[in-house]
Amino acid sequence: MENVISVNGLVKSFGRTRALDGLDLEVRRGEVHGFLGPNGAGKSTAIRVLLGLLKADSGTTTLFGGDPWRDAVSLHRRLAYVPGDVTLWPNLTGGEVIDLLGRLRGGLDTKRRDELVERFELDPRKKGRTYSKGNRQKVALIAALASDAELLVLDEPTSGLDPLMESVFQSCVNDERGAGRTVLLSSHILAEAEALCDRVSIIRAGRTVESGTLAQLRHLTRTSIHAELAGEPNGIGALAGVHDLVVEGERVRFQVDNAELDTVLRALTTVGVRGLTSQPPTLEELFLRHYQKAEQADGPAGQAVPA
Amino acid sequence: MTGTWQLFRLNLRRDRVVLPLWTILLGLFPGLVASSFASLYPDPAELAEFAASMSNPSLTAVYGPIWSPSLGGMTSWRSSIVLLIVALATAFTVIRHTRAEEEQGRRELLGATVVGRGAGLAAALLVALLASAVVGGLTALGTAAAGADGTGSVALGLQYALACLLFGAIAAVVAQLTQGARTARWISGAVLIGAFLLRMLGDAGGDLNSPLSWISPIGFLQRIRPYADERWWVAGVVVLVVALLAAAAYRLNAVRDLDAGLIASRPGPARAPRALLSPLGLAWRLQRSTLFGWLIGYAVLGVFLGSATDAAVDAVKDSPDLGDVIGRLGGGASIADMVIAAGLAIMGIGAAGQGVQAALRARSEESALRAEPILAAAVGRTRWIGGHLLFAFFGPALGLLVAGVFLGIGYGTASGEGGGAIGRVTGAAAVQVPAVWFTVAIVVLLFGLLPRLTSLGWGVLAFFLLLGQLGAILQLSQWALDLSPFSHLPALPGGDLTVTPLVALVALAAVLTSVGLVGFRRRDLASGG
Repeated sequence: MENVISVNGLVKSFGRTRALDGLDLEVRRGEVHGFLGPNGAGKSTAIRVLLGLLKADSGTTTLFGGDPWRDAVSLHRRLAYVPGDVTLWPNLTGGEVIDLLGRLRGGLDTKRRDELVERFELDPRKKGRTYSKGNRQKVALIAALASDAELLVLDEPTSGLDPLMESVFQSCVNDERGAGRTVLLSSHILAEAEALCDRVSIIRAGRTVESGTLAQLRHLTRTSIHAELAGEPNGIGALAGVHDLVVEGERVRFQVDNAELDTVLRALTTVGVRGLTSQPPTLEELFLRHYQKAEQADGPAGQAVPA
Repeated sequence: MTGTWQLFRLNLRRDRVVLPLWTILLGLFPGLVASSFASLYPDPAELAEFAASMSNPSLTAVYGPIWSPSLGGMTSWRSSIVLLIVALATAFTVIRHTRAEEEQGRRELLGATVVGRGAGLAAALLVALLASAVVGGLTALGTAAAGADGTGSVALGLQYALACLLFGAIAAVVAQLTQGARTARWISGAVLIGAFLLRMLGDAGGDLNSPLSWISPIGFLQRIRPYADERWWVAGVVVLVVALLAAAAYRLNAVRDLDAGLIASRPGPARAPRALLSPLGLAWRLQRSTLFGWLIGYAVLGVFLGSATDAAVDAVKDSPDLGDVIGRLGGGASIADMVIAAGLAIMGIGAAGQGVQAALRARSEESALRAEPILAAAVGRTRWIGGHLLFAFFGPALGLLVAGVFLGIGYGTASGEGGGAIGRVTGAAAVQVPAVWFTVAIVVLLFGLLPRLTSLGWGVLAFFLLLGQLGAILQLSQWALDLSPFSHLPALPGGDLTVTPLVALVALAAVLTSVGLVGFRRRDLASGG
C-alpha cells in the first residue's frame, strides 16, 4: 500500500536537547494512524518537521512523495493541520478564522462547515480572546474537517474537549476514514487510539519504540491485578509472567503478561479469591515497560520484586 | 493582598534584564547631560548666554520652559524627553504585569493559588514604585554629583519619580477597562501624547502659566520648577492624584470578573468577509487600527507644529538678538525652515517607531504560534511576512506624507504662504523615508537571522534617537554620530538636497531586508514553550 508519510531516522536537535533521535514513521493511505507518546516525547516536533515548519538535522522525510521542507506550499494544499496548542487572533471571530484557514488551504466546503459548527455546538460569532481552550480547539478542528484535504494532521486534538465533544470528534474521524482520508492523530491517551486507530506508532524520547496494529501491540502489554485472597499467597511470585508483586498480608498486587493470565488466575483461585480487580493494559504501563527495558539495558539494576 | 510580595518577586524575576536596563540608563542620563554642560560651559555667564539663545517659543514648545539659566536648570530643560520615556516605560511595565498577564491566562493560574484579588495589581504597582525610586534617585544623585544645586537635583529626581508613578497609576486604571493589553497600551500612550501636546500648545504661546500647560500632567509635573524656587506643593498634589488613581484601579479590579474588561467585547460576524481571506487581508486586519492611529497622530501633530512654527517665527521677529543667533546657527535657511526641519526629524524617528512596531508584529504572531496555522496552509513564508512588511515599510512612508501635507497646511494657513508650503514641506518629509526604511530593515535582518533578539529593534531605534538628540551635547565624535541613518539626511526644507546618502540608505535597506528574508526562509519557526 502507498505511504502518505514516510519518515526514516529523523533527527532534530534544539541546542543541546535532542528532540528527535532517529524517528521512524510510516502512514499508509486511507488509514487512521495513532502517533502515541508521553508529553515531551517529540510528537509535536515530528509533526512540525512534517509540515516544513522545522528543518530536520538528518534523516529522510517524505510527504506525498515530496520533501516537506522544499515543497511546503504545494504539499500543504493537500493537508489540514490542527495544532496541539491552538491560539487564535484575539479580535477575529471563530467563524472568520475557520473561513480564513479554509481559504488559505485552498477551499472550504461551506455546507460541511455549517454542519460541523452545529455538531460541535460552536458559537462562531465570538471573538478569539473570549473562547475557552476547548472552543479554540473546536475552531481549528472545524476548519480542518471542513476542508477537502487528503491528509488530516491532528496534534492532540481532544486535549481540551469535554467527553461529549470528544465522542463527536470520534464519530467525525470515523466519517473521514469512511471518506477515504488519511489521518495522523497524535495522542497520549490510549483509549482514544484504541477507539479510532488502524495502526499506531509509539515514540519515546524522540525514537520509535513500537509500531503496528493495536492487536499486534497487545501481546506486549500486561494486566494489573489487585486481589484479596482467602489465605497466604504462597508461590505466586515464582509463577512465570508475574511482575512487580507486592504482598500485604492476604492482599496482593501484581502485573501479569496477558499470555500467562490464565495460569496465574488458576493459581489465585486455588488459594481462594474474596475480591478481584483487574485493569486492562494502559499506555502508561507500556511506557513504563519500555523505560524498564531501557534501564535493564543500561545496567544490572533489574526489576525489584519485593516479597 | 496575600501573595503580593511573592508576585512582586516574580515580576522582578521576569523583568530582571529590562527593568534595570531602562531605569539605570535613563536615571544616569540627566547626570551625563549635566556634566557635559559643565564641561562645555564652565563659565556660568556663557551658560546663561546659551540659555538665552535657547529660550524661544518653538524650543520651549518642544522641551518645555527653561526655569533657570543655571547648570541644573539647563539640564532639566534638555533632559525633559527622559520624563516622557520613563512615564511610557512605567505605564507599559504596569500593563505587562496586569492586563497582559490576564490576557495570557497566567493570572488565572496564579489566581487559583493563595493569592489575594488585588495582589497582582499591588505587585505591578510595587514594580512601578521601585522603578520610580531608581530613576528618581539616580537622577538626583547624578545631577548633584555633576555640580548642580542639591535641592534642585532632589526636585528633579522627584519630578521623574512622580512621572513614573503617575503614568503607572494611569496605566493601572486603563488596564481595568480594556480586555486586550494592546488596547490598554494604546490608551496609555495616547494619554501621554495628549498630555505632551497640551503642554506644547500651552508653552508655545510664551505664557508660562497657560492653563493648558497646568492641566497637562506633563506640564503640571514640569511646574515643580526644579532649580528655580521649587514648588513642592505641586509634587504633593501629584502624590494625591497617584493615590486616588491607585484606589480607583483597586475598586475597578475588585468589582469586575477575571478576564473581563469594563468595556465589553461585542460579538462579530459568523463568516469572514472576502477581504480577510489572504495573508495580506489578515495583516491588514491586524495592523489597520494601529496604522489609522499613527496617521491621525501625524495629521494632528503636523497641523499643530505647522501653526506653532509660524508663532515661533513671529516671536523671533520681535527679538532681533534671537534672530541673529538663529540666523548664525542656520546659515542662510529661514527660521521657519529650521523649525520645520527639526519637527520633521522628530516625526522621522516616530515613523521609524511605527515601522519597527509593524515589523515586530510579525515576530509576535510567530511567537504566539499564530503564524503556524497560516504557514501550515498553502502559504509560503515570504508571502506571509510580506503582508506585515508592507505595513512596516509603506505605513511609515504614508505616515510621513500625511505629516508633511498637514504640516504644510498648518504652516501655509498660519503664515499666509498658502498651498505652496504643502509641496515643499511634503517633499522634505519624504526625505526621512530612507532612514526609516534602513531602521526597519535592521529589524527584518534580526527577525531572519537572530529571531530571539528581534525586539532589540526598539533598542536600535532608541540608540538612533539618543544619538540625534544628545550626540552633540555629549560631544561625541562625528563617526559615532554617523552611526545613525538619520544623521545622513539632508536638512530639508531650506538645505540642499543631496541624493547620494538617500540612495545609499535605500540600497542598504534593500540588502538587509533580503538577507533577513533569506534567513527567515531557512530557519526553524518558533515552536513556543
